[in-house]
This record gives sequence, C-alpha cells and structure tokens, in this order.
Amino acid sequence: MVIERIDEQLPGAILDRHAFRGDQTIVVDRAALLGVVDFIYREGFQQLMDVTAVDGGQRDPRFDVVYHFLNLTSQERLRLKVRVADQESVPSLTGRFKSADWAEREVADLFGIPFDGHPDPRRLIMWEDYPGHPLRKDYPLDGGDAFCSQDIGASYAPDARSLNG
Amino acid sequence: MAELNVETPRTSDADRMIVNMGPSHPVTHGTLHIVLELEGEVIVKATPQIGYLHRGVEKLGENLTYQQFIPLTDRLNYCSSLMNNVGYTLAVEKLLGIQDPPRSRVLRVLCSELARIGDHLVCIGINAVDIGAFTAFLYLFKERETIYDLFEMMAGQRLHSSFTRIGGLFRDIPPEFVPLCEQFLESCPRAVDEMERLLTHNPIWADRTKGVGAIAPENAINWGYTGPCLRAAGVAQDLRVAQPYLDYETYDFDVPVGTTGDVYDRYLVRTEEMRQSLRIVRQCLDKLKEIGPGPVIVDDYKIALPPKEKVYTRMESLIHHFKLIMHGIDMPVGEVYSATEAANGELGFYLVSDGTKAPYRIHVRPPCFPIFSSFDEQVKGRLIADAVSILGAMNIIAGELDR
Amino acid sequence: MAAINLDDSVMTTRLDAVVNWARKNSLWPLPFGTACCAIEFMSMMASRYDFSRFGAEALRFSPRQSDMLLVLGTITNKQAPILRQVYAQMAEPKWVVSVGVCASSGGMYRTYATLQGIDRVVPVDVYVPGCPPRPESIIFGAMQLQKKIEKETLMARREHIEQFYASMDRQEKLQLERGLTNYQVVREMVLAAGENGEQKIW
Ligand code: SF4
Repeated sequence: MVIERIDEQLPGAILDRHAFRGDQTIVVDRAALLGVVDFIYREGFQQLMDVTAVDGGQRDPRFDVVYHFLNLTSQERLRLKVRVADQESVPSLTGRFKSADWAEREVADLFGIPFDGHPDPRRLIMWEDYPGHPLRKDYPLDGGDAFCSQDIGASYAPDARSLNG
Repeated sequence: MAELNVETPRTSDADRMIVNMGPSHPVTHGTLHIVLELEGEVIVKATPQIGYLHRGVEKLGENLTYQQFIPLTDRLNYCSSLMNNVGYTLAVEKLLGIQDPPRSRVLRVLCSELARIGDHLVCIGINAVDIGAFTAFLYLFKERETIYDLFEMMAGQRLHSSFTRIGGLFRDIPPEFVPLCEQFLESCPRAVDEMERLLTHNPIWADRTKGVGAIAPENAINWGYTGPCLRAAGVAQDLRVAQPYLDYETYDFDVPVGTTGDVYDRYLVRTEEMRQSLRIVRQCLDKLKEIGPGPVIVDDYKIALPPKEKVYTRMESLIHHFKLIMHGIDMPVGEVYSATEAANGELGFYLVSDGTKAPYRIHVRPPCFPIFSSFDEQVKGRLIADAVSILGAMNIIAGELDR
Repeated sequence: MAAINLDDSVMTTRLDAVVNWARKNSLWPLPFGTACCAIEFMSMMASRYDFSRFGAEALRFSPRQSDMLLVLGTITNKQAPILRQVYAQMAEPKWVVSVGVCASSGGMYRTYATLQGIDRVVPVDVYVPGCPPRPESIIFGAMQLQKKIEKETLMARREHIEQFYASMDRQEKLQLERGLTNYQVVREMVLAAGENGEQKIW
C-alpha cells in the first residue's frame, strides 16, 4: 500500500489517516505536501483529479484542502488532505500537475485560501472586486440580497404588464 | 466636422490584436468568454474566463437535504441529465453503504447509456454546426427527439428527468417503453450511419478537424483529461471497465481508443461509443426481460419513501413518510468520493457528511473543467477557425463547468 | 378618364395599427442562450418542432440586427451587465421574452450568484414558465408577444425603452465615480433596489 511506503520514506509527513467505505484518506503536514506529492507521483498517482476544500467553521485549523489522486495503472484512488488556518497558504501543485492550475484558482476564489507559487492567482469564478468568498460557512447563501428573503409582491415589474392594456 | 475620438488598445507589440470571443457569441453557447491575442490570424495566447454560469449549486446543496439535491444534478450537464442523477445517487448510496435492487441497476444502466448517446449526438451535431455543416445536426436531432420521448415516458420530463432516488428509482418504466426503445435501436444506427456518410469521409470536415487539437497521452493525463478526449489521445481509460459500478462488468462492450487526440479522433471515438452504447441498451432490454418485474427501490422506509397507497392507509407508513420528509435520512458521519463515467468523462461527487440531514459539503468534479483549462495550450499557434472546432470537440457544458 | 373609386384603393387606419402589424410579422430573434433552456431552444429549431414555420427562423447573433431578445437560461450576476449591454445594443423597437423560470425569477437558484429574475435589470415583455419550458411553450410565448405588439402604442414602447437608457447612464456614472467593475456596479444597483423595495434598476 502506498501509504505505508510514504510513512517509510517520509516519516512524520502523515499526520493522520483513515478509511471509509474503501476511500483511503491521509492528512499530510503542510510543509511536507510537495515531498509527498512528488513521491506518490513517482509511485504512479499521475492524475490529479480534483482539488477542493472544506470549511470547518469553528474548527481549528479552519480549512481542509482536499486533493484526489488516481493511479491509472492500478486504478487506486487516494485522498490527501492538508489542514490550514484562515489566511494561511498552501504550496501550489502547478509545478507537477497542470490540472492544479484552475482547480487551485477556484479554491482560492471561493474559499479565500491562497496558494503559494501559483503562476496566475486571479479569481476564476467570481469577478475581481467581488466582496467575500462565497463557499465559506459564514457567507450567507443569498449573498445579502434582501430580495431573496422578501415576498414577491404585486409591485413586481408593473410596467411590463401595463403595456399590455 | 467633429473629430473622431477613437482609442485603439495597444499592446507592446504593435501587431498584436486582442479579440474577444464571447460572453455572448454563438460558438461559445452564451456563457464563455475567451480573450484571444492574435498576431495576424494566428492565436498567440488565449485567456478563457469562466464563471458566467456559476449558480452557487455547491452552496445551495449544503442547505438542502440529500434527496432535494437530485434536481440540481440534472442541471449540471443538461445534455445528459440522467447520468448526473445516477452519479449522484451512487455517491449517496456509497455514503450510506447500500445497494439498489437488481431491476433498478439495469434500468440505471439503460438510461445512462441512452443519455450518453444523446450527449454525443448533441456534441457532434453542434460541433458540425459551428464548423459550418448544418445538415448532420438535423439528422441527429431526429434521434435525439426519440430519446427525449423515451425519457418523458420514464420520468415525465424531457430534459430534466430527476429519475433516480436514493436507493433506487422514482418508478418503473411503463409498458410502452420497450417497443419504442426497440424501434430506437433500429433507427439510431441508421442515423449514425447517415451522419458518418455526411462527415467521416467529407474532405472539408477532415480538413477542419484532422491534426487540430492533437495532444500527447502523458500531457492529457497531466491536464486531468478523462472520457472521450482522453481515449482519443490513446489512453484506454473507461471507468465502466476500470472501476466497474452498476455491474458494468457483466455487459459486453468495447472501449474505442484513438491515436492522436485531435478533433477528428474525438469525433470517431464518440461515434463508436454511440454504437457501443446501443449494444449495451440492447443487453439491458434482454436483462430486463430475464429479471422480470420487481421492485425498483430499496424496501427500507428509513431511506426511501413508502408507496403512496400505504401512506394513505397505514399509520406506520405515514410516520415513515413524515419522518423522511421532515428529518431526512440518517446519514453516517464520513466522506466519500464517487466517480462515474459520464458522457464527457469522469463525473465525481465528493460528499462530506456530519450526520445531519443536509450534506456538510458537496463538491462536484465536472469532467470538462480540467479539459477546458488546457484550452490555451491547445489553440496556441493555431487559427481562430481551429479554436472553434477545438471548443466544440471539448464539449464544454457551462452548467457543470461553473456549477 | 375612368373615375377612381377611392374605396377600393385607399384604406384608413391608425398609424399604430399599421406599424405594429408590420413589426409583429417580422421578428428577428436573438437567442441569448446561457443554460439548459437553450438546449430546448435547439430542439425548437431542429427537425421536429421546426420554428421556421412561424417565419422567425432567421437567427441573428448580433444584437444590432435583431429585435426580439430570447433570454434562454439562468442569468447570473456576472452575466447581468452583459445582458444589459446586449439589450442596449439592439435595434429599436425591441422586445424581450424571458424563457424559463431561471430567467423569469431565478428559479430554483436562490443564491448569491444568480440574478433573481432578469426583469430586475432589463424590461421583459413575455414570461414563459417551465424548467425547461417545452418547445411548444416557447413557440406559444413568441405568439403571445405578437399579440402584445399588435395592441401596444408606439409612444408607450418608446418611453419604455428610454427609461432603460436612463438606467444605463446611471450605471455608467456610478461606475466612473466608484471605479468598480461593471459586474459589481450592477450587483450593487440590484442590491440597493432590493433594499428600497423598488426591485428593478431600469
Ligand atoms: S429554467 Fe430550468 S431549464 Fe431553464 S435554465 Fe433554468 S434550470 Fe435550466
């Protein structure tokens, strides 16, 4: 199993591990991330499927950055997590995986987690001067739009109707 | 006469020209924005901008129950919505650790494959329209309408079917379904043949697609390509074979593989996949006959709603119904990533559950997101006309790209 | 010289009626397709439903050449300024058909990212409900628009459109003053309209 080999090669890099319904998860030290990724890349996990994050709310450290890797030869999957606090940055994987480019930009945009060494750290989904990071737990679902919680009354676009008369 | 006051944007290089494709442009289908830097007619740099269809689905999912999220999955890839339903319910079932009944499994395969055919029909048809061949589109859409009819029979809606439920399906197929499906199995190969006669050996089509957007397999893997685009590059990776779900290992079908990864190969792979999907549909119909009538949803009223007759007549069932609607399903605490082979590639759902009725985090891994991120590399040094055909062959669906 | 029978060759009517008759029978649609509803629109154009039966099959993707804006699909806050611009660029007179619940009211997406109804940023003439509406419904919507054009007065239409241009000027002024992107300006205008109960910014 690749996890044991990581432990052998890079002792102390894996902080925690668990398996649920056959999904292997390891939690990796932030400083050791690039080393671990390099190692599993050489072990055959050559496709970075997805990068996302989970906001832990009150938990400390607040965020989990979650990577999903696939080994095309053995068809194994591996989930790798890095814990970061608010405003803490994560090393970017763009040097190794081109697919990390947009995925990290998306996480940076929607969660406000900066990625160190990203070649193009613009926002991806929302526009440049959009206030806040919508996928954080403390961001309201309606984005502060009073209209969302209002009753849609008769005042709704009256002119469009009166033209018909 | 008033003086004309026109400012021309200038870059350091005087010959460079900036051209905006989109956000409202016919080939970008309304929601993509690509800034092209041109030198003469050659593209030097392409900067795609996305997010024009970001509807906040993932955030919305955190505020809905697991069951309520199903209609939102329809609207991710709206060309093959049934496949998204299947992918999502499989993810929730993995989280719950349950399996749906055999009849439902066959039906799920059946509707996934029909949806795959529908998706490829649209992709090829629209790609051809963008390049300038309108005829194939009309031939293909006739078949797609039949698929719509089949879906409508199944689920009651043409496009957004929301056919699956956690633990099974919304209902069984009506008796008229099988004859129409048989008819479709006869007519669809003819339409595919017609399309091939119109396109495969058409010199204009070949000129516009051969060698355009070629990509090396290692590069494609590094970019996170999956699905037909990866297979066209020569990597025989199909989750239906590699990591079978829904008993795909019991079906007999081949995985077509291309060689160069260019637009022409992607077209050929998609065409052959339609034929293979038709084979699977055929086997599904046989299997359905073999299995005979039976339940299509699990018999656990803590997960699936009891039938309406029981709710109206029995106290027990009424309580179950109420509990399920009001309190949702009792979910275990944990996280799963479940991937299925959708028409565009690997469609993954990452669910984090904290044991409440709503998911703590729901994340969709859309197949076309990584594929589209390679757009700049694909079009560099090519003409704008090539960018159009590459864009079409990537099959970008903005709904799942931006979510 | 033969006597001219005026009754045979002259017809009296109102200017409104004549102009509207011409307008309603030569609609040039601009499909502003953003999401799933555009797929149903494709079905409508394709073999089975065949929109060319109604004489409006000449799609124009340039706003300058069209007068019926079909908004097909979700309009997000990021798309809103673009929709406004496309509408502003269209040739007058112009009409808007909002197809699908997303365009009409935000539909199932009550979130930070989706505009809750395009009538908050542009005037709408016909709403077509459904998610997605069937091709028949979209065709019916276009026919309803023809009926509406028949009845309206030229002045009312002109005032209607001018009201919109005034809001474009307001947007531009605000943008220059505050130095924001057009997305953020429209978003803030929409939020303010929601606060003061007016709901629309045009
Ligand atoms: S109304 Fe429904 S079908 Fe139309 S764009 Fe919105 S979600 Fe899609």
